[in-house]
Amino acid sequence: MNQRVQVLEHILAANQTLAEDNRKRLDTAGIFSINLMASPGAGKTSLIERTVPILAHSYRIAVVEGDIATSLDADRAAAAGAQAVQINTGGECHLDAVMLQQALKRLDLAEIDLLVVENVGNLICPASFALGTHASVLVASVPEGDDKPFKYPGMYRGVDVLIINKIDLLPYVHFDMQKFERGVQSLNPGLTTFPLSCQTGQGIAAWQTWLISRLGARG
Amino acid sequence: MHELAVTEQVLQISLDHAERASARRVVAIYLIIGELSSILDDSVQFYWDIISAGTAAQGAHLHFRRAPACFACAVCGSQSEGASWLFECPACGSSQVKLLAGDEFHVEALDVETCPSEVQT
Repeated sequence: MNQRVQVLEHILAANQTLAEDNRKRLDTAGIFSINLMASPGAGKTSLIERTVPILAHSYRIAVVEGDIATSLDADRAAAAGAQAVQINTGGECHLDAVMLQQALKRLDLAEIDLLVVENVGNLICPASFALGTHASVLVASVPEGDDKPFKYPGMYRGVDVLIINKIDLLPYVHFDMQKFERGVQSLNPGLTTFPLSCQTGQGIAAWQTWLISRLGARG
Repeated sequence: MHELAVTEQVLQISLDHAERASARRVVAIYLIIGELSSILDDSVQFYWDIISAGTAAQGAHLHFRRAPACFACAVCGSQSEGASWLFECPACGSSQVKLLAGDEFHVEALDVETCPSEVQT
């Protein structure tokens, strides 16, 4: 005979539980962590290269690099002065809490103040998979176009910080900043935003100040 | 999108709940997918047929219920339904719209086949 069983369980509940475990491990170790997300080529690794050398004077930094293949980004992060671990997702379009859990086992957590997790370049899937990090940071970039909040609302809705990279290209490409910001404000009112250029260094200081303030606020 | 990872979780949740109910087989699975959750039904079904093979949920029918996106305007208070109002209130044109529903992503229920209480031989 057939019987109806009520479930009402979130499909990604298992990932959420593991993400909470990751958060506990990070908190216990006194680490502040960010999940860096963006489309391919927006400047996630360039932002790491800009950020690490300056903060490395005062803080111990580790980077977990998620990529479909290769260790190119981990090599760049290590060259900038961070402890770097590469996760090759083997085709998976996002990192999930299990992958971060595995990566954390390869790091000496007692020797880390700031953990940067560079997600796979993708504006869709990473938004659905919590990792357990403290802040989700989205890197948008001017050449991608001002329509991205409208096309990828799920990503823009869920982040804590928005970086608008490559602002040095504003005079050369069509990018309506007001339209872009209107989309962002609809989805995520009051979102902390840092317009900057990893190429010229303009605006980087404000982003670093934010990171340092969060590092100082660790419990 | 990540339909394979999602489908694997649907299978795991279904098997767990079927076991708890001492069920022999999962016959049907009812999913609630919000309009704003970017999941393709056909793609989930494609993976389902492959990964459920050989399990107690093999051949279970997947029912997809799409929950519409629903918004409330912070300026005029009116409510609207449909993903097209994500950025603008249809009543007053304000961009201050708050999402009330539409990102659901749940296994709602299962139909399972339980063992007959007595099997006479």
